[in-house]
Amino acid sequence: MITGSTILFYLLAALTLGCGILSVATRHIFRAAIYLLFSLIGIAGLYFWLQYEFIAAVQIVVYVGGIVVLIIFSIFLTQQAGEKLPKQKSDRKIFAALAIFCGFALTMLQVYQHEFNGAETTKAPTVADIGKKMLSVDNGGYALPFEIISMLLLAAMVGCIVIALRSKPETK
Amino acid sequence: MIEPGLYHILFISAALFFIGIYGFLTRRNLITMLMSIELILNSVNLNFIAFNKYVWPDKMDGLFFTLFIIAIAAAEAAVAIAIIINLYRSHQSIDVENAEDLKY
Amino acid sequence: MPNATTIALIPLLPLAGFLLLGLFGRKYLKSSSGLIGTALLLTSTILALYTAYEYFFVYGKVNGAYQQFIPLQLTWLEFSKGVSIDMGLLLDPISVMMLVVVSFISLMVHIYSLGYMKGEERFATYYSFLGLFTFSMLGLVLASNIFQIYIFWELVGVSSFLLIGYYYDKPSAVAASKKAFIVTRFADLGFLIGILILSFSSGTLDFTTLIQRLTSPESNEVKTAVVSTFLGASALTWGAALVFIGGAGKSAMFPLHIWLPDAMEGPTPVSALIHAATMVVAGVYLVARLFPVFALTTPAVLEIIGWVGAISAIIAAVIACTQTDIKRILAYSTMSQIGYMMFALGVSKYGGEAGLGYTASMFHLFTHAMFKALLFLGAGAVIHYIHSNDMRDMGGLRKYLPVTHITFLIACLAIAGVPPFAGFFSKEEILLAAYQNNMAIYWIALITSGLTAFYMFRLYFNIFWSKPHEVHGEKHGEGGFVMMLPLVLLAVGAAAAGFIPFGEFVSSDGKALVSHFHLEFSIAPVGLGLAGIFAALWLYKKQNDKPQKLAAALGGLYNAAYHKFYIDEIYFFITKKVLFNLIGRPAAWFDRNIVDGMVNLTGNTTQAVSEGIKKIQSGKVQQYAIYFLAGVIVLATLFIYVLR
Repeated sequence: MITGSTILFYLLAALTLGCGILSVATRHIFRAAIYLLFSLIGIAGLYFWLQYEFIAAVQIVVYVGGIVVLIIFSIFLTQQAGEKLPKQKSDRKIFAALAIFCGFALTMLQVYQHEFNGAETTKAPTVADIGKKMLSVDNGGYALPFEIISMLLLAAMVGCIVIALRSKPETK
Repeated sequence: MIEPGLYHILFISAALFFIGIYGFLTRRNLITMLMSIELILNSVNLNFIAFNKYVWPDKMDGLFFTLFIIAIAAAEAAVAIAIIINLYRSHQSIDVENAEDLKY
Repeated sequence: MPNATTIALIPLLPLAGFLLLGLFGRKYLKSSSGLIGTALLLTSTILALYTAYEYFFVYGKVNGAYQQFIPLQLTWLEFSKGVSIDMGLLLDPISVMMLVVVSFISLMVHIYSLGYMKGEERFATYYSFLGLFTFSMLGLVLASNIFQIYIFWELVGVSSFLLIGYYYDKPSAVAASKKAFIVTRFADLGFLIGILILSFSSGTLDFTTLIQRLTSPESNEVKTAVVSTFLGASALTWGAALVFIGGAGKSAMFPLHIWLPDAMEGPTPVSALIHAATMVVAGVYLVARLFPVFALTTPAVLEIIGWVGAISAIIAAVIACTQTDIKRILAYSTMSQIGYMMFALGVSKYGGEAGLGYTASMFHLFTHAMFKALLFLGAGAVIHYIHSNDMRDMGGLRKYLPVTHITFLIACLAIAGVPPFAGFFSKEEILLAAYQNNMAIYWIALITSGLTAFYMFRLYFNIFWSKPHEVHGEKHGEGGFVMMLPLVLLAVGAAAAGFIPFGEFVSSDGKALVSHFHLEFSIAPVGLGLAGIFAALWLYKKQNDKPQKLAAALGGLYNAAYHKFYIDEIYFFITKKVLFNLIGRPAAWFDRNIVDGMVNLTGNTTQAVSEGIKKIQSGKVQQYAIYFLAGVIVLATLFIYVLR
């Protein structure tokens, strides 16, 4: 029984994986960033498909709008335009391919041998639920991790500035 | 064709994860390595969401983990790019093969 | 009863001096250190004399015999119940006698050194070493058990080492101090083993108990020890012989005497104190201390002691006739006189009249300390004046050093055995004891006594008569009051000590021993002594070529004696050629190639392996990541499929 939902899923999966593969395979760094962008959009689509709209929105805002833009900026800062990336040694490639093949095979073998006790439900968490839970200080509330994450972000911000500060030219 | 479910999403996330690993292992440019790491993180996020949806639908732990991972990934990306830019300044290159000052 | 505090203070005061001067002397007490040391020792000497008076005349004698007292006994190291090393004080006639001798001679040397060592850079160090030596020697004398005596024995050896090497910028002094230390150390090894055997056999370290258990033939200890034999001699014989080897090393008996002449590299007052009057008689003292064991249980060892003493006496006397360094002549003379003491003990028996040798030996120790210290201090005065040790530089000094001249003459007469000086009486008794027990030793002793008179007067005439002298360095007077006072005091001792009725106080069993004085018996030794003196007078009174002619006539004998019978060379041959080549070299080869080789192999293997595996640390992040991933996959596979 092929429904629109199923077709949509396979399309999204193909987009995600295909763009992911292209992103690590292409030798143009700018194109790699764009493929990454589409791969991330594909994942956001999967979130939509899973009916987790809030997460999908956050994914698009943070990843697509934030991180990928940051990456593109840093590419502009550090890369000469139009240059192809240098080739990796082939033995390294072979070893890496072998390792990930083994790892992937092992993982999938384990996954398919395992029975997950699924429980079907139609109810998806709303943004209101998420917000209440996020700021709740009751048992099972996420107020403390929320605060810690905000501290972490602040620290990362300060850290970035300190690291990237151009050190003063040494006085001789 | 089968109705897509947990196993399909786990397949996607595992595939994405190893694609990221492959990129991390073979890319020589630090920025592309960073992109690979983003792929790995996303595969983990996808896993959390999938388990939350199909195994414990009445809880929201996976969802929150994903949220926090996204937040941390943003911080990580910012710090990593700061480090990369610093490295570029000192080595005039962001090729990981050149950044081997700490070898034997 | 004796007062333990008073007696304990006698050795502790010099120790206090050593600590005080050793720690603060060089910086704060530079000029006053001599006076501090001397004052402490004066107190010590007064206490020693007081103790001697109390012991000999007040409480010492019970039932007509002098008793042993142990006023203090502290457990120092307890190994297990009943087995411990103690620190104690032992009073008996010989220890009290030695107490007086050591403290008195040491005091004389302290006073003398105030003048002799004046202006030395390490004046305070010198006095602190003297304090250490005096402390150790007094501790040795007062030791109440055999292990305590060993401890102080080694301390004495150390202080002797320090004082011989006092002029440490002189290579010969350094070599001499090393030689003295190594030779005596070698002998001390025998002593230690002997101690272990004796104390194991008797089950105690304590002198009184040890002697008691080992001298009664019925006791279990003796029965057990006699049964166990090694190379045909019983364990006790071996123990006693090994203890005697220790004593022979310290007392410079043949063939362990080679360190003593070289030890004269030390300052002359030190030679007087350590290498003439006190430390070198420690071996005699040790034998006397264990005399009942030697005499009653192991007479064979006593026989050996007698012969070793006799041989040392005559060899040293012959060598002394040919030497030209005045301190070396005195050193050989010391060795010869200690040989006398040794064989006197060797020919003695325990108890009663037969114990004459024991008394004679101790008597000679006493008088010898006086005149030999005097001789050394006199020689010191001469050296101080001439700035040379060599007899050939001296001559005609009687006008320039009148006090030294007279006192030196007294000492020479005393050692030559001319009546009525001190040496005559003690030597007479020794000869009498030898005559009664062993004729062969008696004849050796008689010849030695003639030789003694000859070489002493050869020394005397060469220094004070003969040709005019040459002074090396600046001229000055005879030395001040501080140098003359000890000479005069010791001269009085050397002249008068013989009249002490020594047998009253010291005898093998504590009971008074009346020495029978035979006029006709003393004709031979005195006659020989006078003959020696006249021979020296004829040969050396005026400068002439008779000595050279005589030496040429004697030929080989003279040469052998001049080269000290090549004993040093024999040692040299044995150590250098035999020990080094046969044992040292193979051992060194083994050490260098096998032992070091194994160590090097370990090191080289580690280095080679790390050289190989350091390539893993390539600095390439992605390589690390591959290893990591491969590791994870392998471990995961392992845990899932193999080790579940």
